[in-house]
Amino acid sequence: MTAIDNGVNVQALLDARDVLKGTPEAAQFTWRASSTWQNGVHSTTRIQNFYGLGAEQNHKSETVFEADHPEVFAAQDNGITPIEYLLVGLASCLTAGVASVAQNRGIQLRSVEATVEGNHDIRGILGADSDVRNGYNDIRVAFRIDADASQEEIEALVAQSQKRSAVFDALTNPTDVSVSVS
Amino acid sequence: MLTERSIDHVVLERGEVANSWRRERWDSLRLLTPNWQTGLPGLRYDGPDPDGYLTAIELAGFLDRYAAFSGAPVRTGTTVTSVRRTGDGYRVATDRGELDCRAVVIASGACNRPSLPPFAAAVPPEIVQVTTFDYRRPDDLPDGGVLVVGASATGVQLAAELRRSGRPVTLSVGEHVRLPRTYRGRDVLWWMDASGVWDQRHDEIDDLERARRLPSPQLVGTPERATLDLGTLAAMDVELVGRWAAVRDGRALFSGGLRNVVALADLKLDRLLGTFDDWARSSGQESATPPQRPAPTAVPPSPRLRLDLCGGEIRSIVWATGYRPDYSWLDVPVVDPKGRLRHTAGVVDGPGLYALGLPVLRRRRSSYIHGIEDDARAVVAHLAGHLAAAA
Repeated sequence: MTAIDNGVNVQALLDARDVLKGTPEAAQFTWRASSTWQNGVHSTTRIQNFYGLGAEQNHKSETVFEADHPEVFAAQDNGITPIEYLLVGLASCLTAGVASVAQNRGIQLRSVEATVEGNHDIRGILGADSDVRNGYNDIRVAFRIDADASQEEIEALVAQSQKRSAVFDALTNPTDVSVSVS
Repeated sequence: MLTERSIDHVVLERGEVANSWRRERWDSLRLLTPNWQTGLPGLRYDGPDPDGYLTAIELAGFLDRYAAFSGAPVRTGTTVTSVRRTGDGYRVATDRGELDCRAVVIASGACNRPSLPPFAAAVPPEIVQVTTFDYRRPDDLPDGGVLVVGASATGVQLAAELRRSGRPVTLSVGEHVRLPRTYRGRDVLWWMDASGVWDQRHDEIDDLERARRLPSPQLVGTPERATLDLGTLAAMDVELVGRWAAVRDGRALFSGGLRNVVALADLKLDRLLGTFDDWARSSGQESATPPQRPAPTAVPPSPRLRLDLCGGEIRSIVWATGYRPDYSWLDVPVVDPKGRLRHTAGVVDGPGLYALGLPVLRRRRSSYIHGIEDDARAVVAHLAGHLAAAA
């Protein structure tokens, strides 16, 4: 176990799990993003602070995301489309999970590559066919993992990563979303 | 065991002996364990079919025999309404009077009430809803489609029998445990027993809380010793969908994570069979049939994510979503916020209080009938020590 290092501090996570079992209120996090309309379908979203462990928290620095639509949508393409950000979230969440589970199971990773594809019928958002949903019809994630482990162990890593993934859950299960205007 | 130690005791039973087996289960239910495994201290199954599986009524008969055989002082028709701490013991109030005692063994089990998700209340009223407490047989349900929720032993058994009754069946599948009925010519529970998996102690289990709330494995006890897993059900035209997550606008919404719960169960099964094979090799266990791995479970290419509950496709819902214990009568602060008894290997977090007959109480074997013998011996030894120390 000690020889392998995927750069994940699993001990800290296991310690946090033990502490938070007894203090569920400290486990309540709120993630935040603030968005400003620029022009057309271009907007800029900034993320810096969040709430957790009973206090306001800050990322080391602010991250700025540009979202737009591509030119085939008659837009300026100042950034990726909002629905592509879901792919960013899913790929990075599952990859983080693979690294963490591998660390916990004593598996040394050498490389982890993921390709994510979401199939999207845009007749939904265009209102061209009321039977077509707005969001993805399905999403496929393909991992290529080089590690000191058998094929079965690697498959188990990927399965466990899905089981504990926040974004996988958010995409596969409904979430109550409320939108208000002030 | 209490009699052997000359400890005065009574056994309180709200109904009759084996009450829940007689009154709170469905008609076709059989034990998951083969008869040769069915035994209580001093009395083993001795019938003509050691490889068969007792029906619930046969098991009730076996428990009747055991009550007579052991001469246990059972007071039937006595419902406990409260247990309170007194100076040096407990006061047990029942609907037939009070008892004072120095120790209490809680053996009321983990399956007293059905456990339903909160959105069950949002299901349209025209759909008939039953739990595994009320369900007896397919004829109890209206004709038409049935949505069975949960893929434990109960869920897969009821899905299969409802499908055989001619009804279209949809099965909502969350995390589950896949097992073949037989492996390399033996009952799979023979392997669990012989290879030592069931001997695993509570303090050797990585995630004990998870082990204790694991759904029962997908097994059924039939004379044919047939396997009943998701593949079997799919071949019977049972439609598989993901875990039921919510009701919105009169529609059931299912998780899109079906593929992963199926992959987890397949991978876990392969690892378990690998454990059996390793044990067989190292213990020189002869077997005519070589190691084998069941094919991965085929998941439908695009499982449905939504089901209209108002359109008439589904006429009834069977909730096979598990059980909860009921400790509402226990006026001692030994129940955790999730309603489970706080105990270590059957020794409850209160002097003179004990538990028996809970999942993975001391070992994995504790979840099964024949697991009670070692558990009872250990718990009674502790109890006797407690009485001696207090005396």
